[in-house]
Amino acid sequence: MWNKNVETISVSKLRSQQTDALKALVNLVYNVPFYKNKMDEMKVKPSDINSIEDITKLPFTTKNDMRDVYPWGLCACEKDEIVEVHMSSGTTGTPIVDAYTLNDIEIWSEVMARTLSMGGVTKSDIVQNAYGYGLFTGGFGVHYGARKIGCLTLPISGGNTQRQLQVMKDFGSTVLACTPSYSLYVAEAGREMGLDFSKMPLKAGFFGAEAWSETMREEIESKLHLKAYDIYGLTEIIGPGVAAECECQKGLHVFEDHFYPEIINPETGELLPDGEKGELVFTTLTKTGTPILRYRTRDITYIFKEPCECGRTHRRIHRLLGRTDDMLIIRGVNIFPSQIENVLLKQKGIEPHYLLIIDRVNNLDCLEVHVEMSDDLGFDEVKVVEKIEATIEHALHNELLIFAKVKLVEPKSIQRSEGKAKRVVDNRKI
Amino acid sequence: MIKQISVFMENKPGRLLEVTKLLASNKVNIRTLSLADTAEFGIARLIVDYPDAVVEILKNNRFTARITPVLAVEVSDESGGLARVLEVFLESGINVEYMYGFVEKRHPDKALLVFKVEDPARAKDQLVAKGLTVVSEKDILS
Repeated sequence: MWNKNVETISVSKLRSQQTDALKALVNLVYNVPFYKNKMDEMKVKPSDINSIEDITKLPFTTKNDMRDVYPWGLCACEKDEIVEVHMSSGTTGTPIVDAYTLNDIEIWSEVMARTLSMGGVTKSDIVQNAYGYGLFTGGFGVHYGARKIGCLTLPISGGNTQRQLQVMKDFGSTVLACTPSYSLYVAEAGREMGLDFSKMPLKAGFFGAEAWSETMREEIESKLHLKAYDIYGLTEIIGPGVAAECECQKGLHVFEDHFYPEIINPETGELLPDGEKGELVFTTLTKTGTPILRYRTRDITYIFKEPCECGRTHRRIHRLLGRTDDMLIIRGVNIFPSQIENVLLKQKGIEPHYLLIIDRVNNLDCLEVHVEMSDDLGFDEVKVVEKIEATIEHALHNELLIFAKVKLVEPKSIQRSEGKAKRVVDNRKI
Repeated sequence: MIKQISVFMENKPGRLLEVTKLLASNKVNIRTLSLADTAEFGIARLIVDYPDAVVEILKNNRFTARITPVLAVEVSDESGGLARVLEVFLESGINVEYMYGFVEKRHPDKALLVFKVEDPARAKDQLVAKGLTVVSEKDILS
């Protein structure tokens, strides 16, 4: 265990620590106009918060809230204390921002060191970090954790599979970190290159940022000859390192000294007892850059009631069971149909009737956007149609940061529905 | 200038058959048809009698169809016929978007060349000035 004292702390001590942290947090965020307004509206003062249970008196924060106050509206410290920012997409194109102080980066390193240690990673390991480095949190999160442990980190980032395999072979990587679907792609490409993974030193893989299943875990483990661990995180909270699987692999331990989990009824916002399924909500207890009160993740899961056999006392969440909104995760990137709609609305020659078709081809997610051409489009020349498709593909790539194939279809050919339009066909078998 | 009907079709089996069946059931004689195709879609270009009525029939049956003005040039059905026309276009800087040709039953010694160009009016003037025969709708369509 990376930090045994903290990870196996008694539940009563943990709760009392969380109480102290929550009180400090409320005092801190009451200086941020965004939170002060929300708390004033609910007539709750920092002095009303006297125990961790009082958290339910505090307002929720949503992705839209975070988008509305882009870029600095949630910053709770002097701006020159911020040393790094990461972003992910909002629902309509405006990103949401996580700004980190030096201490926040230290917290991130700590929780990621715990995450990797849960999978047996030590100082002597060689970590091939194939998560994207950049505004996306995946690359840096794993990097900080591995550095904290003292591993040799290969910051190879995503893509360029041939080079991934070459580096893996030449340096003898023992740990692979990437999205689960990409790991299967790597396995496939390695097999074609004639690599025998059973003879390679890979021992553990840390996979997250998209939905996967036990079936996929078995497939990854048998193809890559490693033990596959599920990790969970989100940019709004810190990035990866919010929760992770231990050696028992029965749910993901939430690092509760930093992130307080709740499960609520998504309809009423009411707190549900451990064991009941609902929407996962997180409060960052210790971050000071952009601390977040009760963030509604829209992820559906439940908290295990019973303690874990590994001895850690931090509660576990079940692998995600779904979402309460229409967010899609494609190649690890969060995408909302509304983002695509907004791009389409700005284009010429088409109507905003569209269908998103998602499939997994050779273990990689593919997004195809079918959109109806306008009635009056001069489609008579092939190049007219292809030019519109290319223009939209370019605009979508700018917005989504992944490639989506655009296909113009005949006017009125996409089925109209009377209620909520069915805009997404997800053919992935996960 | 003559009226050509263009039909947009997604690449699905039987789509062209549906178009031709519909036209057959409406007693439409297809004088000629040319297909442009890509991996994703095809465009059928048809010359028919009564094009305005036919395009309505297609639209009423949920086909994506429209009238496109094209230029039809009559040349002798012998070697060098097309080259003469293209030379005129090259000299006057007229771009051909696409073209196709067919032979008419009524004038078996003549070929009709159909051109889609950006500025058909100017193209017509240039061709006529060089002594070529640009046919009008009433010359070839009923």
